[in-house]
Amino acid sequence: MTNWIEIGALDDIPRLGSRVVRTPGGNIAVFRTESDEVFALDDRCPHKGGPLSQGIVHNKRVTCPLHNFVIELASGQAVAPDEGCTHTHPAKVENGIVWLSVRQAAAVS
Amino acid sequence: MLDKVTKRKLVVIGNGMAGIRTVEALLERAPDLYDITVFGSEPYGNYNRILLSPVLAGEKTVDDIMLNTVDWYEDNNITLRKGETISMIDRRTCEVVTDAGDRVPYDRLLIATGSNPIMLPLPGKELPGVIGFRDIYDVDRMIKASTDYRNAVVIGGGLLGLEAANGLMKRGMNVTVVHLLDTLMERQLDPVAGGLLRKSLEERGMVFKMPAQTQAILGEDRVTGVRFGDGTELPADLVVMAVGIRPNFELAKKAGLYCERGIVVSDTMQTYDGRIYAVGECVQHRRQTYGLVAPLFDQAKVCANHLAMKGFATYDGSVTSTKLKVTGIDLFSAGDFAPGPDKEEIVLQDANRGVYKRIILKDKKIVGAVLYGDTIDGPWYFQHLRDGTDVSHMRERLVFGAANLGDGGVSGQNSVAAMSDETEICGCNGVCKGAIVKAISDKKLFTLDDVRAHTKASSSCGSCTGLVEQVLAFTLGGDYSAAPKVKPLCKCTDHSHDDVRRVIVEQQLKTIPAVMRFMEWKTLNGCHSCRPALNYYLLATWPGEYRDDQQSRFINERVHANIQKDGTYSVVPRMWGGVTTPSELRAIADVAEKFNIPTVKVTGGQRIDLLGVKKEDLPAVWADLNDAGMVSGHAYAKGLRTVKTCVGSEWCRFGTQDSTGLGVKLEKFMWGSWTPAKVKLGVSGCPRNCAEATCKDVGVVCVDSGYEIHFAGAAGLHIKGTEFLTKVETEDETLEVIVALTQLYREEGWYLERMYKWCDRVGLEQIRKRVVDDVANRKALFARFAHSQQFAQTDPWAERASRGVDRNEFAPLAELELA
Repeated sequence: MTNWIEIGALDDIPRLGSRVVRTPGGNIAVFRTESDEVFALDDRCPHKGGPLSQGIVHNKRVTCPLHNFVIELASGQAVAPDEGCTHTHPAKVENGIVWLSVRQAAAVS
Repeated sequence: MLDKVTKRKLVVIGNGMAGIRTVEALLERAPDLYDITVFGSEPYGNYNRILLSPVLAGEKTVDDIMLNTVDWYEDNNITLRKGETISMIDRRTCEVVTDAGDRVPYDRLLIATGSNPIMLPLPGKELPGVIGFRDIYDVDRMIKASTDYRNAVVIGGGLLGLEAANGLMKRGMNVTVVHLLDTLMERQLDPVAGGLLRKSLEERGMVFKMPAQTQAILGEDRVTGVRFGDGTELPADLVVMAVGIRPNFELAKKAGLYCERGIVVSDTMQTYDGRIYAVGECVQHRRQTYGLVAPLFDQAKVCANHLAMKGFATYDGSVTSTKLKVTGIDLFSAGDFAPGPDKEEIVLQDANRGVYKRIILKDKKIVGAVLYGDTIDGPWYFQHLRDGTDVSHMRERLVFGAANLGDGGVSGQNSVAAMSDETEICGCNGVCKGAIVKAISDKKLFTLDDVRAHTKASSSCGSCTGLVEQVLAFTLGGDYSAAPKVKPLCKCTDHSHDDVRRVIVEQQLKTIPAVMRFMEWKTLNGCHSCRPALNYYLLATWPGEYRDDQQSRFINERVHANIQKDGTYSVVPRMWGGVTTPSELRAIADVAEKFNIPTVKVTGGQRIDLLGVKKEDLPAVWADLNDAGMVSGHAYAKGLRTVKTCVGSEWCRFGTQDSTGLGVKLEKFMWGSWTPAKVKLGVSGCPRNCAEATCKDVGVVCVDSGYEIHFAGAAGLHIKGTEFLTKVETEDETLEVIVALTQLYREEGWYLERMYKWCDRVGLEQIRKRVVDDVANRKALFARFAHSQQFAQTDPWAERASRGVDRNEFAPLAELELA
């Protein structure tokens, strides 16, 4: 069952930017694309654990600030030829409010 | 997106490297524009023709050299009609006709029919056992002959002939090479190198008959021998004709397209019929035909760009290099090495080591190079040749190669061929030679970008780029596609840095989306490479007008601190000229204790670094430092970093001028300015140079009679002493020259290009002329810098610590306590 939690206003996340949501299982990065879609990923690059929330967002991807791994926001997959995957969490926008559903197992790992 | 019905039809004749490389490049640029059909008369996918020699020699298999398998065509919705030959182009109806009479319409046609081996018109040339050396079919026949027969004659002592001879010899045949002239590979080698080559091939058992003219091929049902002009005969069960290739343009000629020695094409790779393009060995461009692979890549890129209706790229011809692919023989040649009255030669000959090097110079530039025995520096000479570098300053050591030029940086080590597979090439990402070689052969990589993407080698600091290019050249044999001299800004565009900067000014573009729209960016929002570059270019071009785009800044510049490996940040307050006070030090100590900052470290630029600060603490840390009168040290910026000074005449018994005071003055004037890459200054009070000014981006060495201004030094990836710019008499003049120099760099430098690289590219004299000699220009540059500083000199820490700028950046969006 999806358990949606309200985490804030869409306008509080910059376009082509990201904000962090703190959880006991680690930070989750919530991204906003140019067209106001939102995506949520564990804030850890599969490469060396870099904080993806601090990266440059382009189209539906983010570049990790540590070593330029590029991660797909929708799937958490590293863009080929790089390999690796970051856990994703369901996120949505309704009436300008961002909702997140934390997948516990993923966040805790 | 266009649907299948309205899509334009592109027909490609020729399923070889040139045609398919063009299709690949087209798919990158405009994946949905065309419905593509490829005709190839060979029953294979696309394979790497350069590597046929290693297949013949038994060092590679046919599978090893496949570039595009049949699946690739399917995955990309390309109709591959292999084994079908086009017999006619009907330009009136825009159709091609297959040999079976099938008519296929086209909107655009690409001819990439390559070349055919030249078969000498000798009596007996149609006998079984007489073959050319061109495709897999020929190689198969040669391999079969080597199991059934003993004696082979190869006619032609050029690159292809020798590779064929070597392959057949490795397969156990007795091989005689017949050559018309007395020098082997005379188009690539001079007589001395040709002689060395002959000697070492003879040592391996190859027999030469040269100079010799073949008169007839003998035999009844099958070749049995060869007769020469002097009447002598040689027994032969196999005759390979490898005297050259001829562009294959029959089809084009029959269709009425203008041909000379090849299909004549324009700089956009179009034939005289604008609907019809041609690339590869079948074309003649600016009177040149090419039989090597590297030019094909350049042509393919231009052709694809035009087919994609971008229409700005042009092909200007290629300079080529060759490397003989005979294992154990190192031979490299490039450019023009025929002797001439206006040419000079540098020759190194060491018979015992079997080393021969000949560098040909004209007008202070390398125009040709022949290397035998030691070819490690081949790509290095070739780079200088293509770039037209003025080599007069290194002339005396030129022949000894790159390693002997005193480039003390990482790029100094230089013998890829001699390295073991475990040798680390890329120190940043820990990639060793073996991994790169494996990726190149397994993944079929051709370019530096390919290698970067697949192995990460050379993708961080870039100092190993030269080595990686050497590994490419070494693995592929001279035919790898060298990085073009004019590089695109990033993969999102085909435009260069210079193009982008020029268009921003010409078209008055003032936002990143406007630049991307106007210059037809290939991606929606660019990427982590181009966005920061565009942001800088706009900021530097339109000071006060352009609104800095925080989301296009690398994190360090967005949060005004340096991200560390664990996601914490480091904070460096400014200490003007490296001078501090007891109260500043006390404040720093207090901050470190108050925020539990784990490491306090003195930096190389005479500053104090507080490491391990949590992001959410940054504004509070800055507030405390601000209260003590300190501002951001911009240790994170592509901008003015530090001015390092010595104590100068104020204290030092040797000091000639007030170097500390001058350093502080420079720093106070220049802080806050954004530049293409970081800028570090040094000011030394006397020639003892305690501030190490002569390895900085800009350095001042004070002398009794004034101030020597140096620039373009480096002491990081590369070690490079500065160049002397000029000497002035007063502090004010010093400031004016340095500011003007920095402004010129701000206006011309490519993003991330350090000042020494900019100077290398633009040339010291060019810079001196505009900054020193032309006083009016110097003052104008100074005025532009000063204008831009009005908008740049706001402390970013104070804005964020006490004025609430960018507050969201430092706080989490939410804190969840999950059950």
